[in-house]
Amino acid sequence: MRIAVCVKQIPDPATPYELDPDSHYVVRPNDQVLDDTDRYGVEVALQLAEATEGSVTLVSMSPSGNLQGIRQALAMGADKAVIVDDESLRGSDSLTTAKVLAGAIQREGFDLVIAGTESTDGYTGVVPQQVAELLDVPSLSFAKKVELAEDGAVRIERQTAAGYDVVQSAVPVLVTVTSGVVEPRYPTFKGIMQAKSKPVDTLGCGDVGVSPTTTQTIQAVEPVPAREAGEIVEDDGEGYAKIVAMLEQVKVI
Amino acid sequence: MTTWVFSEETDGAPSAASLEAATAARAWGEVAAFYVGTGNPAAFAALGDHGVTKVYHLDPGDALPSAAAAAAMADLAASDAPSVIMFSMGSTDRDVAGRLSARMGATVLSNAVALEVDGGSVVAYNEILGGSTKVATKAESGPVIVVTRPKAFPAEPAGGAEPAVVAIAMPETGHAGSAQVLSRHVEASEGPDLEEADVIISGGRGLGNADGFAMMDELAKLLGGAVGATRAVVDSGWVPYSYQIGQTGKTVKPSVYVACGISGAMQHLVGMKDATTIIAINKDPEAPIFDVSDLGIVGDVNKVVPALVEALKARS
Repeated sequence: MRIAVCVKQIPDPATPYELDPDSHYVVRPNDQVLDDTDRYGVEVALQLAEATEGSVTLVSMSPSGNLQGIRQALAMGADKAVIVDDESLRGSDSLTTAKVLAGAIQREGFDLVIAGTESTDGYTGVVPQQVAELLDVPSLSFAKKVELAEDGAVRIERQTAAGYDVVQSAVPVLVTVTSGVVEPRYPTFKGIMQAKSKPVDTLGCGDVGVSPTTTQTIQAVEPVPAREAGEIVEDDGEGYAKIVAMLEQVKVI
Repeated sequence: MTTWVFSEETDGAPSAASLEAATAARAWGEVAAFYVGTGNPAAFAALGDHGVTKVYHLDPGDALPSAAAAAAMADLAASDAPSVIMFSMGSTDRDVAGRLSARMGATVLSNAVALEVDGGSVVAYNEILGGSTKVATKAESGPVIVVTRPKAFPAEPAGGAEPAVVAIAMPETGHAGSAQVLSRHVEASEGPDLEEADVIISGGRGLGNADGFAMMDELAKLLGGAVGATRAVVDSGWVPYSYQIGQTGKTVKPSVYVACGISGAMQHLVGMKDATTIIAINKDPEAPIFDVSDLGIVGDVNKVVPALVEALKARS
């Protein structure tokens, strides 16, 4: 099974990202990390590839920088990566991003596409479904479990507001996974060493047949008034009494 | 101008978010709904009551509806020409929004907490960095797909008449529409509905393990509240996804929110920061949850909560 995994390099969430004061775009440092939510998709892909003697290709749109985030996913065991890095893609909307990813995936060929449900930094939350529509395949979304059915179809447990649905489709298909789906492996030392020599193809917009246009513009960025600071107290064994008093004050008890 | 509101049937009724969207949209023009589900007169009447004058009804049966709904909406949009198409954050809402966007070549304004529609101009506001910063984004061309955060607008009945209902046949979508729902499972939580509850007791990793939720249940019962959770503990399998509050879960605005062992990751804060009163218990004095708390107790949640439970029991 040929598996493509959509991954994203993002600014390290340990230090909140910044917006460029002029363009309002996210400032993307040279050192970016693999979006943590993508580790789950990579793990699902590796497990399915191991079960079917398949391959795992990472697909990403980003300023490639030093590729630290991509190398993290390669070190887990992915076979290769395809990066679309083009200055004209800065500030792209979700649909342009999806066109780029779909173009790169189509170029590689695929049976299964895996993505997280949304990125941690941009979280528009619709890119995978846009990719599925562009590739003309079903989208099995919000999977908390992914397995292969007897006939080679893909079956998932799809999170819903009430619980979950069991949903199935024949390949080719796109699946989005939640962070509860599997326990991602940590890269081994051997994996980290091998990742350094794995192929990383870098493409431009023309290679994937996309010509970006401006579809939306940021007009203003302003701080939201912060909540007034409350009372913070160290629990000395009587902390619960403070809570009782506040519950009384707001007339819950 | 016309606005479309996507409405996924939920327990035989229109999704709460679609009634919120209809309430907002009727202020700037005509509102039609695209309703996905079995359908019934009461559900259509509820949409009408909130200002919807026309309902397009698609019954997908056991097909996963996203590809078919997107195809049908794109076909209808060619003649109906809506200026704005509104979705919420539900799984099916996001599936259809994404597919429709790609099908129509329409841009998506996501995570909207407020919307300004004036003629053909659409500006959506969304909050980033845990809700500390607000961004206004204008779409350059229509139709515009907007994905709104739940509870961004209040749902208010307008006493509207019953809408005209137009049945839509399942369009032919080939392989893209071939995914089937094999079975549906409900993981109901006890007590009041999380999104409607006036008091919410919410647990995070600081509880230590899944057993900590027995304590959450007990506290919630004493206060007549509902139990919520962070993404981290849902992902760990301690409680079902229906408990999840935050960016990828439910958005709540209770009178009182008690955060137990929750650090306050941005992903969680956006789902609860608009509670009227926030009480937090966490052992880390630097936890971001304390920045939004009216009362913060720096201590061991597994000591403070049992003491609180005992104190409340002694009163009753």
